Amino acid sequence: MGAGHGHRLHYHGHSVVHRAPAHRKLVVLVSFMLVVVATPRDWFPVFGGYLVVLLAVVALSRVPIGYLAKRMLIETPFVVFAVLVPFIAEGPRVELLGISVSEPGLLAAWGLLAKGSLGVLASLTLAATTEPQDVILGLRRLRMPDLIVQIMGFMLRYLDVVSAEMGRMVTAMRSRGCDPRSPRHWPVLARSLGALFIRSYERGERVHLAMLARGYDGTLPTHAGTGTKRGARP
Amino acid sequence: MTVPVLDVRGLAHAYPDGNQALFGVDLHVHEGERVALLGPNGAGKTTLVLHLNGILTAGAGTVSVSGMPVVKDNLKEIRRRVGIVFQDPDDQLFMATVRQDVAFGPANQGLRGEELDRRVIAALEQVGMAAYADRPPHHLSFGQRRRVAVATVLVMEPEILVLDEPSSNLDPASRRELADILRSLDVTVLMVTHDLPYALELCPRSVVLHDGQVVADGATYDLLTDPELMRRHRLELPFGFDPRTIPGIGNLPA
Repeated sequence: MGAGHGHRLHYHGHSVVHRAPAHRKLVVLVSFMLVVVATPRDWFPVFGGYLVVLLAVVALSRVPIGYLAKRMLIETPFVVFAVLVPFIAEGPRVELLGISVSEPGLLAAWGLLAKGSLGVLASLTLAATTEPQDVILGLRRLRMPDLIVQIMGFMLRYLDVVSAEMGRMVTAMRSRGCDPRSPRHWPVLARSLGALFIRSYERGERVHLAMLARGYDGTLPTHAGTGTKRGARP
Repeated sequence: MTVPVLDVRGLAHAYPDGNQALFGVDLHVHEGERVALLGPNGAGKTTLVLHLNGILTAGAGTVSVSGMPVVKDNLKEIRRRVGIVFQDPDDQLFMATVRQDVAFGPANQGLRGEELDRRVIAALEQVGMAAYADRPPHHLSFGQRRRVAVATVLVMEPEILVLDEPSSNLDPASRRELADILRSLDVTVLMVTHDLPYALELCPRSVVLHDGQVVADGATYDLLTDPELMRRHRLELPFGFDPRTIPGIGNLPA
């Protein structure tokens, strides 16, 4: 099984940002997001300030901005929605590049876009500078309920396994002349996603059995706890 | 005779959907034995295995491990005594590093500190994987993951090691390496397998399960060279494999 090596979001480095403890980075990220979201959307220059701060952190982390920009594509559906808003929203109309759009809609779209993009960029920066396991460890240190931390840890562990499984299913579909990209074959794709869900669910049950077989009683032992590569003794 | 490590008597089990998988299974395994559990798909092998450490509860009959009955109050100790290595290592390895994964079982028993570290490294050395202690399990090859899965169970110092299809999906070299490891261990083994040459190589004794019943129990060589019995229970040797033509079959290393 060709489980992927490394994670697609993490950018290996040793900058100050990389070395900062994960739980502090998490607190900073969440506070930053709260401040951004709470800022009235017509304070235009303030958003520029946020962007400058964020870009300074990115520069400090030495993660190439292109690396983050590519991953910001995840925002696309959001952007599409934001672009639609000025056309759909009601209220006084204004002319923009010769097209009549709703003024409150335009403002709403700007707010959505600015806040969303800042949030995505900030989260990607955290992901690029922090190993996924350290994020989990940071959450645990921040007293996130243990069960949720465990679930997130397992999600990380099995993400590669499940995506590799899906990759194999798509390859098998292709080999039998079905193109998952063509809308004509979307029903097949949907059914195979359903099958993937069932298979993942069954795998979850088997993992649970294997855990019970080794004496799992609801809590992960702290020594063996998620992600203490550095804490482990030689 | 001494108390058997594994003592299964009259075990019957029906799943909640009414599908009965076991009909009165009797099985005794004594200390130091390596026994293969053979049988076609759907014979009830996995169901039987899941009774050995109390994950499934017997509908009728009893299971005891070194004299201790498998009942709810004993489960913690039973699960230490019976180490199950599941078929897919990805189901068994879920921690961030090999070391943490191997430590999972003993840490659940309350082991901490240096004793825990010592046991973890000892178990990894037994399967030749000590050099990989700080690697994430999902970056290892399939054969290596299978070996780590064996270590996660060995670390509990079990009285019986139960392996579900240990040779499946392994390349011939990994398959042979695992056989060497299993032979080197000083532990009782029950091995569920479809790989009959592997059973012959490793297990002097075999038990055949078919339709939820033990239908044969004897020397592996005798069972595999009984064509009538093999046919009746949907067992087949790989093409070209004939136990009778193996030189020195009588004195395989124990």
